[in-house]
Amino acid sequence: MMPVVAALEITTGYYVVLAALLFTIGAVGLLTRRNVLVMFMCVELMLNAANVTFVAFAKQLNDIRGQVFVFFVLAVAAAEVAVGLAIIVAIFRRRRGATADDLDILKDPTS
Amino acid sequence: MTAVVFFVFAALALAGALGVVLTRNPVHSALSLVVTLVSVAVFFIQLDAALLVAVQVIVYAGAIVVLFLFVIMLLGVDTADSSGEPLKFQRPVAILLGLIVLVELMVLAGHEWATGTKADAQHAIHGGAAGLGGNVERVARSLFTDYLWPFELTAALLVLAVVGSVLLARRSGQAPGVEPELREGAE
Repeated sequence: MMPVVAALEITTGYYVVLAALLFTIGAVGLLTRRNVLVMFMCVELMLNAANVTFVAFAKQLNDIRGQVFVFFVLAVAAAEVAVGLAIIVAIFRRRRGATADDLDILKDPTS
Repeated sequence: MTAVVFFVFAALALAGALGVVLTRNPVHSALSLVVTLVSVAVFFIQLDAALLVAVQVIVYAGAIVVLFLFVIMLLGVDTADSSGEPLKFQRPVAILLGLIVLVELMVLAGHEWATGTKADAQHAIHGGAAGLGGNVERVARSLFTDYLWPFELTAALLVLAVVGSVLLARRSGQAPGVEPELREGAE
């Protein structure tokens, strides 16, 4: 078993399939979980899956620009997390223990 | 050897991702996220992206997850996932949609794709023009020549994010510095 696995050549396809699995887990988690913090972590999972494909194709095409794009994705993810967590803190200050379902103040109360 | 490393860390990455989604305690989710992020860093090593390995570990595992843990600690661990079920069929439909996306991506992955031409000598990861230097120098050259304008925009974005976070996290209508509670949280 082990020599067979060791002899495999890891091509771009393996990384793409792995990234697809990571992305799907993140997407399903984002849709099913109600805790806003965990939803945020699922977004990070999806961003990482995209990063893996970027770097894998960068290697396949021998192109450094794929890696430069991952750098930008990381910077935007960091900014997004900082602002998102500040929003979550601001929401939690008003109401304790809110899940995504409880944040319905924009809903028309008469309907 | 590369294949063994790949499969071990692929299993770890998927286990971490499932841990993020399936554990009820947000602290456990954050720690599972670290497992996935470090595994992704290992893939970056295998894919010859030395700079991104360092950035991934420092920014993601070091900064972002710690920020998550700070906020969890600040707000208290909340294991209640939902008070009710406002949309009855949301979970099954979400899982079904996830499976459809997965099948679609798998079908795409089985095809020949990314058949574009290899990069020119100036943008190669390996070899290419003489005197390009190591991975860090190559990324830096591309970043500070071709992508200088997006790089500056990223700097502006980060400044805006900092200002926005400070504005959102402090209570409105009060001057900063008169809130002992907030100062306690910011420390």
